[in-house]
Amino acid sequence: MTGSHPVLTMTGISKSFPGVRALDGVDFRLFPGEVHALMGENGAGKSTLIKVLTGVYGVDRGTVALAGEQVSFTGPMQATAAGVSTVFQEVNLCTNLSVAENIFIGREPRRLGAVRWGEMRRRARALLTRLDLDIDVNAPLGSFSLAIQQMVAIARAIDIEARVLVLDEPTSSLDTGEVAQLFRVMRSLRDDGIAILFVTHFLDQVYRIADRITVLRNGQLVGEWTTGDLPQLSLVEKMIGKELDVLERLDEQPRRDVAATEGTPLLEARALGRRSAVAPFDLTVHAGEVVGLAGLLGSGRTEVARLLFGADRADHGSVRVDGSPTSLRTPVAAIARGIGFCSENRRAEGIVADLSVRENIVLAMQAARGWLRPIPRRRQDELVDRWVRALHIRPADPEIPVGNLSGGNQQKVLLARWLITEPRLLILDEPTRGIDIGAKTEIQRLVAQLSDGGTAVLFISAELEEVLRLSHRIAVMRDHELVTQLTNDQSVDADRIMQAIAAGAAHEGVPS
Amino acid sequence: MSTAQSRYRALTTHRLFWPVVVLVALVVANTVYRPGFLSVQVRDGHLYGSLIDILRLSAPLILVALGMTLVIATGGIDLSVGSLCAISGAVACLYISRQPDQNSMGGVLTALALGLAVALVLGAWNGVLVAVIGIQPIIATLILMVAGRGLAQLITEGQILTINSSPYKAIGVGHLLTLPLAIFIALAAALLIAAVTRRTALGLIVESVGGNARASRLAGIRSARITFLVYVISAACAAVAGFMMTANVSSADGNAAGLWVELDAILAVVIGGTSLAGGRFSLGGTILGALLIQTLTTTVYAMNISPQTSLLFKAVVVIAVCLIQAPGFRARFTRRRRVPAPAAAGADETRKEQVPA
Ligand SMILES: Nc1ncnc2c1ncn2[C@@H]1O[C@H](COP(=O)(O)OP(=O)(O)OP(=O)(O)O)[C@@H](O)[C@H]1O
Ligand SMILES: [Mg+2]
Repeated sequence: MTGSHPVLTMTGISKSFPGVRALDGVDFRLFPGEVHALMGENGAGKSTLIKVLTGVYGVDRGTVALAGEQVSFTGPMQATAAGVSTVFQEVNLCTNLSVAENIFIGREPRRLGAVRWGEMRRRARALLTRLDLDIDVNAPLGSFSLAIQQMVAIARAIDIEARVLVLDEPTSSLDTGEVAQLFRVMRSLRDDGIAILFVTHFLDQVYRIADRITVLRNGQLVGEWTTGDLPQLSLVEKMIGKELDVLERLDEQPRRDVAATEGTPLLEARALGRRSAVAPFDLTVHAGEVVGLAGLLGSGRTEVARLLFGADRADHGSVRVDGSPTSLRTPVAAIARGIGFCSENRRAEGIVADLSVRENIVLAMQAARGWLRPIPRRRQDELVDRWVRALHIRPADPEIPVGNLSGGNQQKVLLARWLITEPRLLILDEPTRGIDIGAKTEIQRLVAQLSDGGTAVLFISAELEEVLRLSHRIAVMRDHELVTQLTNDQSVDADRIMQAIAAGAAHEGVPS
Repeated sequence: MSTAQSRYRALTTHRLFWPVVVLVALVVANTVYRPGFLSVQVRDGHLYGSLIDILRLSAPLILVALGMTLVIATGGIDLSVGSLCAISGAVACLYISRQPDQNSMGGVLTALALGLAVALVLGAWNGVLVAVIGIQPIIATLILMVAGRGLAQLITEGQILTINSSPYKAIGVGHLLTLPLAIFIALAAALLIAAVTRRTALGLIVESVGGNARASRLAGIRSARITFLVYVISAACAAVAGFMMTANVSSADGNAAGLWVELDAILAVVIGGTSLAGGRFSLGGTILGALLIQTLTTTVYAMNISPQTSLLFKAVVVIAVCLIQAPGFRARFTRRRRVPAPAAAGADETRKEQVPA
């Protein structure tokens, strides 16, 4: 597959932002008919390399050649026209337009200048079927979960007649089934001779799909290998630049002991539900307990979290906190009772991109105090400093706008925002999404520590393994319904949960 | 890159670089046209001169624009400020005109309190429409923009209400420490708003709501309260500006007072670097923007540009300022100039807003 000439060659690429050297003389090549994984820690420069390639950023130095011809795109539209189709890390579609419109925006099928809506819907459905997704293409994109939005973005990219397909962390919020389907599509595209650039933090996915691997570290090229020549452990070493026992540390963490669950539960939801989002469910969380929420994409995990936090209003059932009935009708009410919620959708519902890292971190704490009682600057600096270091947020300058951070680092900022409020129940929706392997271990350790310290955690993740490792109890969701709850003892494993998930009809994405 | 060069780069890419350049250019143009422009004389212990006049005349605009800055930072807009100026001025003048002794200090203070109170109530009305009922700010405040003129007419009974009160007049044309009193009032308001927003967490919270309303809600911010508050603050600023405008001419004209000031205020805010989309705001930038617009207005008068073309002239300058501030336009401009050099770095920074981060 590497016999021919590279379809894409990037040579000596350098790119600086004020105060940060994001790329420093990086070479990269991509051959037709290969899947090439671009690997590196958070902030290594992967997304920047992709944005340089697609013309989102200009370069400071270096050249990009497509099929031997030097190019310099002025933007993704031009890159697309030249055959470079891209799914960016943050889903960047119009949530108020329909699914079909999003797929064909800018290149609608037309006859005599008029858009052929029927044809557009038909083709949209066909494309989504290819990804094994059966959703209403007329519904606005915003009514679907982030994972489905991500699949729609992928559908848009694979429809374009591309020579090069660039996927920046396309699988970060997908679960096993969707990933498998995406990989099937990627393989068939590869067999058609399309070159695929693939970014992910899931090492196992790299070994399943990638033919070659390029590693970046701190904006510099570490090297390029064929997948067979680079065992997983060395890959991690190349990425972090030292022989750290990250992988061992991941494994050595013991399965959590079952938490003490006598006494008044911290939170008790009775028949809580919301029409067309989640069927009424019962859920009890004790102090110090980690409850995992497992389920497929669109099964209603996020909706459960949003009801418990008051982000959406329940139209059914009741909630008790510390045994006394309360209504969690707004986030303010939930926060007042010690509940925190880290949304999966960090761009739309998490960060405030213009504000600095410091301001983003203190936001929830400040909101709880009210604007008349500002947190003294010295205290802010102390808190921020501590968590920037604890979570390895990089660059470590708390005064730069959070929008300038890499995706994974933004995620860490969000976590810090809630951690400093010292919540009694922390709801984490995909907290390790887009986070590199080192930081992921840190976050998992943190969850365990929080729980040891008496904080309850509701943990949502598409990665079953992670849920299994951290949870005392696992609630399984299917089709917007909480189907069963399992105590996470020795008898429970991934297969058992998959069985519980699969016990019903095949899932499908339902607008929430 | 040498430090001198990078310092130059930091200066020219500063948000307020171009507004300052245009302001200086206007002053230079005025001086060339009329050499006496820069001179300041002492008369009766007060300072007089074109520059002082510009400062004095820009005071009401600065006030209105400061309030507008906070509204725009939350992602809203307040079109009703011009009408609010007229209403508060009319209320104050009406009260004074009914006093047996129009020069009584107590009477004037009561008049100011009344005018301010009416404006606060109307600001609260705007706030409720936007924050509680959820009407689009542009529509919600359009109601008062239009109806408010009628209200002002009702108060003055369709007449131009003339008063003869020296304490009230002082708000517009009085002096303190050799300088016009209006300058001090605007300065005090600016310092007060700066303290309220930057010494408390109000500024941060306003910027957060304007930057990402959904995220702010999930972080536990009561955005409805904050939104309500900024419309009330905006109305209070408009009221004080209204007092100045009516005091300047010792009369209240429901039709003319504060006419189109909302547009000048919005321009001042935008020139000052606060995005109409909400988020980060700059009070200093707004003051600079207001000074620029007032200088422009004065220039138009001073150069005897005919009234028919004066608006056009103003529009051309404003378009120029907005264009050179626009990242896309500047990027194109810099790139074209430096085509052979590979370093188009200046262009990149400015394009980051369009990046699918
Ligand atoms: N627009 C920007 N302005 C300033 N700095 C930026 C900008 N975009 C990226 N950076 C910086 O460049 C570096 C590389 O970021 P990049 O987004 O390429 O990382 P990444 O490898 O994609 O990380 P992740 O795995 O977290 O997505 C980071 O230090 C980041 O803070
Ligand atoms: Mg990235």
